[in-house]
Amino acid sequence: MAAIKVAKTGNEAMAEAMRQINPDVVAAYPITPATEVVQIFSQFVADGAVDTEFIAVESEHSAMSATMGAAAAGSRAMTVTSSQGLALMYEMLYIAAALRLPIVLPEVNRALSAPINIHCDHSDTMGARDAGWIQIFSENSQEAYDNILQAMKISEHPDILLPSMVTTDGFIISHCMETMFFLDDATVKNYVGPYKPHASLLNLAEPHSLGALDLQDYYFEHRMQLAEAMRRAKDRIVEVGLDFGRRFGRSYGLFETYRMEDAEVAMILLGSTAGTTKMVVDVLRREGRKVGLIKLRVFRPFPFAELAREFGRVKAVAVMDRSDGLTSFGGPLFDHVRSTLYDLERRPKTVNYIYGLGGRDITLEDLRSIFVRLQDIAAGGPIDPLITYQGVRA
Amino acid sequence: MAKDTIEKPGWRTLPLGDVLPAGTAHEFKTGDWRSFRPVHDAAKCTNCLICWIYCPDSSVLVEAGSFKGFDLDHCKGCGICAAVCPPKVTAIAMIDEREARKGAQ
Ligand code: SF4
Ligand code: SF4
Repeated sequence: MAAIKVAKTGNEAMAEAMRQINPDVVAAYPITPATEVVQIFSQFVADGAVDTEFIAVESEHSAMSATMGAAAAGSRAMTVTSSQGLALMYEMLYIAAALRLPIVLPEVNRALSAPINIHCDHSDTMGARDAGWIQIFSENSQEAYDNILQAMKISEHPDILLPSMVTTDGFIISHCMETMFFLDDATVKNYVGPYKPHASLLNLAEPHSLGALDLQDYYFEHRMQLAEAMRRAKDRIVEVGLDFGRRFGRSYGLFETYRMEDAEVAMILLGSTAGTTKMVVDVLRREGRKVGLIKLRVFRPFPFAELAREFGRVKAVAVMDRSDGLTSFGGPLFDHVRSTLYDLERRPKTVNYIYGLGGRDITLEDLRSIFVRLQDIAAGGPIDPLITYQGVRA
Repeated sequence: MAKDTIEKPGWRTLPLGDVLPAGTAHEFKTGDWRSFRPVHDAAKCTNCLICWIYCPDSSVLVEAGSFKGFDLDHCKGCGICAAVCPPKVTAIAMIDEREARKGAQ
């Protein structure tokens, strides 16, 4: 196994992972900021660098439909999208999951319209959070690459058979170049292995039909199978993440803890902001402040029990949402984390920050001020306002 | 539990992801909402099998290349077979289903 040191953007890293996976079918439609992944991959197809049948479709609804058709026919099928594209796939996302088609979807997080905006937030992915897809967030290009490879092993496992979306943050990761490592082609080929579909419409020896009408007497059982697969996916993700570490030296879990050992206050967030926050944590630690970070990697399945264990000693938590559920009660991560903490003996105070909508920058100073406020809350200070829109102009 | 209750599989044993064996529609008798019934006149029929080609419900039965009858468990009474039977032949007539059932009793 050779590790190849490269300087790549998130989009290049995702396209390279797809080239090395060499899927049977890719059906995709371009959308900023994921366009490049499709463009680079279609160049691989044109150059004969992959064996993939590339289907240029007229919309993301068709992209996901064609990908599902290919997967149902027994092929390893992928597509790529972002934002409005993911929104246009909405109907199909639920069907892909329920038909147990293990599609892996590289997805670049971008705000949803309106107003139209091409920059990062997590509204698109959060809009698909209840569709039955595994959702894995990446902090940088390396993680995006590694996560796509692992998602194949998670989704295609016979005990799981759920589709996965692997996300990067639009422009922040997708278009920024950084140093990372690729595996060599043979290693990836061997790691991902040949695809054995659990059912294939092209298998004439065992003809079957897929997606039949399922009324009061069977629908519930099929949905229960999905719920159960999602529950099992948690163990599988951990298993695959550890195995990846043993093989290639980079281990992954459901989340990453950063200086949490003796942390009194903590932040929890998803994606690229973790990199900036780690730096702020280091600075504050040098000042003697006991602060820590939890970078949630897997939003679906949601690792509530595992997270609860990490928060046992913490006195105040800031839950950082890069999307707003417009619920009047904060963002989706806030809902989840607050509910996770409810059964703890010593429950930390929890506040929510909605930040970075439409690509609005979150600065070192923003993050620092949130940690400082958390320390104040830990010392008995007010938790009002419960929900803060960080950085919005009044 | 009523005697005619079928033991239905639970989520642990139900085939995964709504995958079913092919051809199960055959076991589901859907011909009972028909209001017209096709009736075949073997004396007129030329066995051209145009009716067999056009029947949208595969309800024209053919054996050894000849018209054999209608599958009334699945025929919907749409009348396409009667309409496509060549005008010079008109070997299929559509009759009122209620009348046909009364006659059968
Ligand atoms: S279309 Fe008419 S003539 Fe031809 S096979 Fe059918 S019934 Fe007979
Ligand atoms: S009436 Fe319609 S469904 Fe019935 S046999 Fe004729 S064509 Fe088929």
